[in-house]
This record gives sequence, C-alpha cells and structure tokens, in this order.
Amino acid sequence: MKIFKSITCLLFGLLMVSLVAPNRKTELTDKYPAVLSDYGFFAGEMAALQPAEGVLPYEVNAALFSDYAYKSRMIRMPEDAMATYQAETVFDLPEGTELIKTFYYPIDAKKPGKGRIIVETRVLKKEKGKWIGLPYIWNETQTEAFLEVAGGSREIKWKDEHGKKQTLTYQVPNMVQCKSCHSHAAEMVPIGITARQLNRSIGKADSNQLTKWQQNALLQGLPAPENIPRMASWENPESGTVADRARAYLDSNCGHCHNPKGPANTSGMYLDIATSNPAQWGVHKAPIAAGKGAGGRLFGIVPGQPNASILTYRMESTDPGEMMPELGRQLIHKEGLDLVKAWIKEME
Amino acid sequence: MKLLILSILLSLSCLTAGLSQADFEKRIQTELIMVETGDVVELPPGTFMISGSLLMDGKKNVTIKGAGREKTYLSFSDQQRGAEGIKITNSENITLEDFTIQDTKGDCIKVQDTKGITFRNVRAEWTGKASKKNGAYGLYPVQCEAVLIEGCEAIGASDAGIYVGQSHQIVVRKSRAYRNVAGIEIENSTMADVYENVAEGNTGGILVFDLPGLIKKKGGNVRVFNNIVSANNYKNFAPKGNTVGQVAPGTGILILAASDVEIFDNQIIDNKTVGTGILSYFFTEKPIEDEDYYPYPARISIHDNVYEKGDNGKMQPTWKHKVGFWLYLKFGRKVPNILYDGIVEDDFLDTNGHLKPEYQICLKNNTNGTFLNLNAREDLKSFNTDVTGFECEQPALKPADLVNN
Repeated sequence: MKIFKSITCLLFGLLMVSLVAPNRKTELTDKYPAVLSDYGFFAGEMAALQPAEGVLPYEVNAALFSDYAYKSRMIRMPEDAMATYQAETVFDLPEGTELIKTFYYPIDAKKPGKGRIIVETRVLKKEKGKWIGLPYIWNETQTEAFLEVAGGSREIKWKDEHGKKQTLTYQVPNMVQCKSCHSHAAEMVPIGITARQLNRSIGKADSNQLTKWQQNALLQGLPAPENIPRMASWENPESGTVADRARAYLDSNCGHCHNPKGPANTSGMYLDIATSNPAQWGVHKAPIAAGKGAGGRLFGIVPGQPNASILTYRMESTDPGEMMPELGRQLIHKEGLDLVKAWIKEME
Repeated sequence: MKLLILSILLSLSCLTAGLSQADFEKRIQTELIMVETGDVVELPPGTFMISGSLLMDGKKNVTIKGAGREKTYLSFSDQQRGAEGIKITNSENITLEDFTIQDTKGDCIKVQDTKGITFRNVRAEWTGKASKKNGAYGLYPVQCEAVLIEGCEAIGASDAGIYVGQSHQIVVRKSRAYRNVAGIEIENSTMADVYENVAEGNTGGILVFDLPGLIKKKGGNVRVFNNIVSANNYKNFAPKGNTVGQVAPGTGILILAASDVEIFDNQIIDNKTVGTGILSYFFTEKPIEDEDYYPYPARISIHDNVYEKGDNGKMQPTWKHKVGFWLYLKFGRKVPNILYDGIVEDDFLDTNGHLKPEYQICLKNNTNGTFLNLNAREDLKSFNTDVTGFECEQPALKPADLVNN
C-alpha cells in the first residue's frame, strides 16, 4: 500500500513536472534563456568565468557582504551603445545592458589552486526601459546554470582566509527578492554602477576603470578624474577615515533600502551616503517598526556606545525577525561590524 | 490555472509520502512570481510549514485565497529566512482572504506601496505565550492607499495586531484583536475609519499615533466608532525601545500627538488604567529630532461613548507603569475614564485659559465620561478634573472613501 502510494505520488509529481511546471516556465523561457550558457557571456569553459568578447569585468569600491561569498562582476552593453555618466546616481545604461554577477566560494581561500564552488549567477537586464533580475543556479558539475525564478539553496563548505572551516546553506534569492534590494521608487534598478563605486583601478592595473570604459567607448560624459566622487573601500584603511569607511560600508550594505526612496523608507532611517543628517542615520532616533529587532535598545545609534545602539544589534543578530540586512545574510560580518562599532565609538 | 490547483491538491495528499513541504513552498512562491493580472492564487486546505518569506511584487488584481480561516494554515514556526511571513510590494488591487498565518519570526503580513489592499477573513497569530520574541505586527499595510481590513483576527503581536502605517483611505471593521500589545493601531495615516471591531485583552485596545521622523509626517481624520474596547489589561510585552512599550496596561483608546480624531459610540469597558488617553509626544519623554513634526494632539472629539469599569467604576489601575501607579496614589480605585496630559504651548490658549478651537479637545455626551487633566506642562502637581473649556463640539469628520480615494 505504501509502495503503491509512493508510486502514485511519484506519478503525480511527474504529472506536475511534465504538465504544469513547463507550461508555467515556458512563459519565462520564451522570453529569457533557461540556461546561462545561451547568453554567451563566457569564453571557453564556463566555470573559468572568463569574459567573452564584448563582456567587461568591473570592480566596486565597497562591496555588499553576502555571507563571505566571492563575486565576479561583468557588464555587457549592446554594440555601439554606451553608458552616460552621472555623478550621484546610477549611470544611464543603454537598452539591452546586462549586468552579470557570479557568486562563488573558494574551496580553500588560502589555496586558490584547489578550485571553487560557483553557486549562482544573477543577470540584471534592461528591457524596454525596465530592469529584470534573473537568478541562475549552477549545477554540481559546474558546466551550466539554470534559471530558477523561485531561487534555491545549496550546502557550501569552504575554508576561509583564516583557515577556518565554514559551512553554510547558501540561499539563492528568488526574483522578487532581487527587487527587494534593487528597488528605487518602486522600480527595479542596478546598485553598483555609480561613479562612487566604480572610481578605482581594476585588478593589478594602475589605470582607472572608468577611464578604461571611456577609452573603450562604453561611457560618455566622464569628467576630469579629480571631479569624480569616490567611495572609500571599507576594508582598506588607506582609503579613508573610519567614518568614511563606515559610511561606505553602510551605503553599500544598507543604503540600497535605507534611503528616502528605498523600500525601508518606512522606518525613516537613511544610511545612504547622500544622507547627511545624523538623526536620519539613527542618532538618538527611536525605532518605528523594529519590534524585537530593537534588542531592548532605545536608539538607532547612541554616540560613543556601539553596544547600546540598535544598528549594531541588528548587524549582530542572525534571527530572521531581527537581523539586518533582512536578506542575503546568515552569517555575522565580523569585519563590517567592527568597523561600524569603531565609528559609533568615536562619535560624539 | 485549474490544472495548477489540481496538481497542488494532488500533491497535498502526497505530502506525508514523500513530496516535501519545501516543494509546496517553492510552488506557491513560484506562482506568486508568475501570477498574471486577474488571477487567483489558491491556498488549499491543510497546514503548511513555510521556511522563508513569501513575496509578491508589482502585481495587479490578484487574489490570494485560502480554503478558510480554520482550514488553511501557513505556519512559519520554523522560519529560517525573511523578516515577514508574506510581503507584498508595489501592487494594485490585491486581496488576501480566508487563511490563517502563524508564528512568523517578524511581521505576519506586510504590504507596502500598494493601492487597493484588502485583508478579509485572515487570521494572523502567534500561538505561544505572549512574548517579546513574537513579531511586531500581525496585519501590516504601510504606505498604502485604499486599505480594507474586515473580518480579520490578530493575536499575540509584540507591537500591534492590526497596524496601518503611513497610509491613506483606510477601513478597519468587524475585526478582532486579542492579546497584542496594541490591538489596532493607526499611525501617521489619513482618512481612516475603525468601526465595529472588538479589541479585547490587549495592553492597549485602539491607538491613534503620529510619530516623528517618518516620510508621511502627519496623520489625521481618523474616526473610531462602534467598537467594543474591553479589558485591555494585559501586561506590556513589547520589546524595550518601541513606542508601544510605553503604553500602560489597562489602556482602552489612546491618542498620541494625532490631529482630527473623532472617537464616538464606542463601548469602552473594564480598561483598568485609562479609558481614553489624549497625549502629546512629550509625554513619552523621547527626544524629537524632526523639525517638521507636530507633537501635540489637536481637534480631538470624544462623544457618545459608554465607559464602564469594574465594580461601579472602581478598578485598580496598573502598578506596573508610572502613570498607573501615580493614578492609584491620587485616585485609588476610582480613576477618571478620560485622561488628557494638558501639555500645551501658551499660544494654544485663549484669554480664558481654554484651548483655542484649532487645538480643542472636546468631550460630549459620554456615559461615565469622567475627566482628568494632568496639566503636565511642568509637573503633575496642578492636575484637575475640571471639564470647563472641554465641553465643546468639533465638526463631524468625513468618512473614509476606498473607491474615490
């Protein structure tokens, strides 16, 4: 009987997969490639993550923390199209632009030769003036990645830069979750393609990557180098003061939601780099809807007292009902937390 | 569509025999992503364990419908990911109905930036003991327009069971809020009608608040009528730091720094500390870092309510709150039903020392509407129970309009 039931269920399962799921999926796969290889982003073996012709790797100054995942970033614009420089906001990117962000873990961070586990590639594509986020999950053999609108999860084991063994059930976001970070005035938008983030050299080259974009006819309107704003790199003490680096960290980890037009504007707390009023960063600001996320603390930031500030409580929590960011983090980012604590500590 | 429902139903019978709850969750989430304008997403009967927030964004004319509040249960007791149970954003004309959502780690259902959101026959609850570990809000529309909450139930929220924030055109009716810190709360919202609800056994029954530091600065035109607000005497289990954490156990209706509020025809029964409180934000003793914020209540009308309490009006106010304890010291078990903090600025008063019309607090025709003015501008020494200057009328406020908003 039990076996019969199992078989019946297996059949129902097959029925669903064969009839329903493909019907539903067809709508998406009609529009978008079901597999990552169809885009032709990579040259040679996909897992090498080498850009194909017309695909340009880029780096940002202050990266978003994503459970210690490593990231490869690339951009592809249609032939003969170029981006237009903006000083304060995301560049104007041409129709058809694709941003390709791949998340991976080294098997042993100290020994790159041991290889890596590529988990997912997120493709952000501009179509008819609007952006759409498409999550592709890599297979075990690392030969292909598949579109999964509902996201997914994967067990990851790796050795970190300190030689410590780490394990994690990595969560690939679903399509709606993509937008919960990539949202500005209710529209889906890219985040990192700003002057502040891109104003830096790339790899070992000395040349500035924005200059390189301009030379390759991918960017117009670039001002003189001294007039381009630059964000500090939170991990590099030479790039700015503790406050500069903490603000950069908060901008890239929190500011995409916590800004006057982001989804977290319900809270009245703004952590984007453009917000200059300390009360809006949380200084002596009582919580609005934090609930237990306040951790029994009274204000977002209590100057001089990182351990009395709600901001650090939420960075230190891993409870889904308390933690910040709400998405894309299961581990505590110790280095980022230390920096923000140092910043609050020195505040008067 | 039908085929999809059929397959979900079939798969349900298989849940115990192999097809996992995770598959169900993924299927529902996928459908919320793929759903087309005008579609109904059906939640079949049964109890489903959901491990991460279910999200929907940018949809129009979509209904998410369960088989009934006693039939479809979405349980988040093992939630691993996401700050709420269900989150709906940037949508239009969305209806949620006929299901129960339980034990989320954060809020049960958050709806943001949506025009036209209906919650009907939905229960949002935390099933364990009242705990500060419970999520903040049960039903939580915020920055929405045309909000209808009817026939719903909210239990166990560590902030507010039914919370409408920074929204416009709101009706909350025929719903029940039980054992939350705040039963029903309308915050920084305009054009709201709260009627025919039962708020019982909470710390505070119905709250109308304007708080500083928000995008939508000013609420107003809030009508609270024909509600039963009873025995809201439960301990305050809000996490420290949250504004509702300051609500005294035993609070019926509380107006904090809100303007244009009309409270009428309610039965306000057995709330042991304050039947109806009218307070300025200064009473919270929290700093205000918002220049555009108006911290005083203004144009408040309290009329035709019935206040009853304990044995012939006698009930011991809470000792677990400094105001309650102070009331006990001054009045014993016979505390007046309507409390006003009396915090004003000089230019609010006319030459007789009464509030000018644009700042007025009006009390009229309340049964047992005994009054206490704390006169708390400097200290609590000059409190009095004199209603002179408060026996006035405000023009009736306009009803909320969900159609032509």
